[in-house]
Amino acid sequence: MSGHCQPTAASAGVENADVRLALVGSPNAGKTTLFNALTGLRAKTGNYPGVTVSRYEGACEIDGRSVVIEDLPGSYSLDPISPDEQVLAEVLDELHTDSQTPQGLLVTLDATTLPRSLRMLAQVVRTGLPVCVVLTFTDELTRRQGALDESALGRALGVPVVSVTSGQRRDLIALKELMVRPESWARPAVPPPAAAAEVSSWITSVLTSAGYRLPETDARTRRVDAVLLHPLWGTLVFFAVMVAFFQVIFTVAAPFQSAIEEFFAWLGRLAGTHISNGLVRSFVADALLGGVGGVLVFLPQIVLLFLMISLLEGTGYMARAAFLMDRVMSKAGLEGRAFVALLSSVACAVPGIMATRTLPSARDRIATMMGAPLMTCSARLPVYILLIGLVVDPDAGWGPFSAQGAVMFGLYIGGALSAMAAAWVFSRLGRSKGPLLPFYMEIPPYRIPSARSVALSVVDAAKTFLRKVGKIILVTTIALWVLLNLPAQSVADLQKAGVDPSDDSAVSAYVIDHSYAADVGHAVEPVFEPLGFDWRINVGVIASLSAREVFVATLGQVAAAENPDNPQTALKSMTVADGPRQGEPLFTPGVVAALLAFFLFALQCMSTIGAMRRESGSWRWPAIAFGYMFVLAWTMAWISRQVVEALV
Amino acid sequence: MSLMTMKPRERAVASTVPTPSPRCTTLADLPAGSTACILDVCDEAQPATARRLVDLGFAPGAQVSVVRRAPMADPVIFRVAGGELALRRCQARCINVRVEA
Repeated sequence: MSGHCQPTAASAGVENADVRLALVGSPNAGKTTLFNALTGLRAKTGNYPGVTVSRYEGACEIDGRSVVIEDLPGSYSLDPISPDEQVLAEVLDELHTDSQTPQGLLVTLDATTLPRSLRMLAQVVRTGLPVCVVLTFTDELTRRQGALDESALGRALGVPVVSVTSGQRRDLIALKELMVRPESWARPAVPPPAAAAEVSSWITSVLTSAGYRLPETDARTRRVDAVLLHPLWGTLVFFAVMVAFFQVIFTVAAPFQSAIEEFFAWLGRLAGTHISNGLVRSFVADALLGGVGGVLVFLPQIVLLFLMISLLEGTGYMARAAFLMDRVMSKAGLEGRAFVALLSSVACAVPGIMATRTLPSARDRIATMMGAPLMTCSARLPVYILLIGLVVDPDAGWGPFSAQGAVMFGLYIGGALSAMAAAWVFSRLGRSKGPLLPFYMEIPPYRIPSARSVALSVVDAAKTFLRKVGKIILVTTIALWVLLNLPAQSVADLQKAGVDPSDDSAVSAYVIDHSYAADVGHAVEPVFEPLGFDWRINVGVIASLSAREVFVATLGQVAAAENPDNPQTALKSMTVADGPRQGEPLFTPGVVAALLAFFLFALQCMSTIGAMRRESGSWRWPAIAFGYMFVLAWTMAWISRQVVEALV
Repeated sequence: MSLMTMKPRERAVASTVPTPSPRCTTLADLPAGSTACILDVCDEAQPATARRLVDLGFAPGAQVSVVRRAPMADPVIFRVAGGELALRRCQARCINVRVEA
C-alpha cells in the first residue's frame, strides 16, 4: 500500500532515514500546506545553528521506507541576501558540509505565476540535485481561464512534474510514489542557462512547449481590493480589523485566562486541605500548581492569536494590511507586517514575540523582538493602577479627562514610541552587518484557507510554547518561590519574633522579610538607592520577574503586615526602612515616577525572555534585551525621579 | 524619427543634452493603470538588490503594469510575470521602463 503516512517511531529520526528530501519554493506557493499534508503533526521545529531561522522537519513512512522532509525557508532566488536564504543556499550546496544535503528536492511552483516561478526553478535545477516539480493551484489556473499541459511541461523541463491541489489527499499518492526513489527521477539533458537574458528566453520556450496561457486577473480579488485597498475605505477597514484583532486577544481571551487561574487556585486550595506541613503546602500550591497555571494562562491568547494570524495570512489579507502599514512602519526601519506583532504585544509580549515568525527577514524579526516588550502589556496594568493610585488624586482632572487616565495614556504612548524607537535602533545596528534588504511582497489573490492548515498552525504554536517556553516559566516560578519562602520559619522562630503563628498575613510578611529574596533585596540596595527604592521595593521588583503583576501582590503582602485591613493606606504611609532617607515617606511622587518608568522599560518578565529564547534560537538576544532594557529602565527611572522632584 | 525630420529647435536641444525619450522613465514614476516594458535594472548601488528584482520577474523585456499605490503613495503594487508584487518606490526607481499604454 503506497501513500500511507504513519507516525514514525522515535528511533526513525533524522540520522537513519531511508530517504531525505527538502521542500523548496517561493513564499505563498503552497509549500507549507504541502509539508503539512505530507507530515501532519509529526513535524519537529527547531533552529538552524547560529541563526534566527526556524527549521521544520517532518517524517513520514511510504511503502515501509521512512522519508524525512525538511521544509526550507521560502525564497524567490538562490542568491542569498538574508540569513534565511543563506540557510537555503547552504543546504542545497553539496560542498557545504555543516548541513546534510538532501537526496532530492521537491520544488513547489504556483501554476498561476509560472513565468516568475520558473526563474527560481532554473537556479534549483542547476544545483545538480535531483528535482521533482510539484505544481500547486492548478485548479485556480483553470478557473481563471489559464491553461497548462503538465506532461508537456515535464518534457520541456526534463524533470518529473506532479500537480497537487491543496488539501486533496488523493493527489498525494502519485507524489509519494516518486518520493521514495529520488535517485530514479529524470534529469534534464542540458541544465537551464544561468545568465538573466538567457533564462528569460529559456522560460519563454518552456512555457510555449507546455502550452501555457497566463490566467486572467482574478475578478473577485480585483473587486475586493477596490474596497480593501481604497485610500479611505481600505484604511477604515484596516483599523476595524486591527481593533477587532486586538479586542479578541485582549477581551475574548480574558475569561478563559481567569478560568484557568481560578482552576489552579482551586487546585491549590484543594491540595492545601490535604497537606499539613505549611511549607510543602505552599510549595505545591504556589510554586508547582502556580507555575503550571502561569504557563497555561498564556494558551488562550496564543491559540487566538495564531488562529487569527493564520486566517489573515491564508486569506491574503495580511499582505494587504502590511501593504497599507508599510509607509508608517518603514519609519521604524521595519516593514508593514511587523505591525501585527507590535499590536499583539499590547495584550502580551509573549504572543507578540511569537508573531514575529511571520516576518520574512531575520533582521526584522530581531528588531521587532527587541522593541515588542516595551509595548504596554496587560500585566503592567495592575502595577500602573496601584502606583498611579498612590500619588495621583482620583478626583483631579480636566473636564471628562481624569489625571489618573492621562498618566495611564501617557504610559501607553511612551511604551509604543519607545518600542518603535528600539526597533529602529536594532534594525539600524543590523544594517551594518549586511546590505539593506529590498522590500518586496507578493500580493496573492484572495483564497479560502484550509481548515487543516489553520488548525495545524495553531496546534504547532501552542505545542512549541508549552514545550520550550513552559519549561523556562516553570523553572523561574519555582526558583522565585524558593527565594521568597526560604529559609523556613518554625513556629518557635515566629513566637520568638513576636509574630502570632495563626495570623497568616503576619506570618507571610515575616517570612518574606527574612527570606533569601530579602537578602538579595538588601544586597542590591546600592544599585536602586539612587532611584529611591528601599529593600522592600527591591523584593517586589525581584518577585515581579515571574510576572509583573506579582509586584502588586508582593507589596500587598509586605504592607498587609502593617495594616491588614487596608493595605493601600499602609502602602501610602510606609516609610523608608534604612539608609540615608530612613523614616521619610517611601512612596513620594518622585519614587513612584521612578517605579513607573522602571516598569515601563525593564524586561521584568521571564515568560517574555523564554519566548525570545525560543524564537531567536539562543540566549544571546534575550540577554541583550534584558541588559539594554535594564540600563534604559534605570536611567529613565533616575531621570523621572529628578524631574518629578524638581517639579513637585 | 531621424534628425533630418526634426524641427531645428528640437534638434538643437537634442544635440547638446541627449534627453531621454519622454516615454522612457522608471517604474516609480508610472501612474496607476499604465503598462510598460522593462528596459533594464540598474545595479550600481546594490547589485544584490538588482539581481533579486530580476529574479522576482522584473527582467528586461518583461511587461509590467501598475495596479495601485498605497494611501501615502508608497509602496506600489505591480503586476509582472503573472503575479502581483508590492515594491517600495525607492526600489521601483532602479527599474528603467519604456511606457507602452
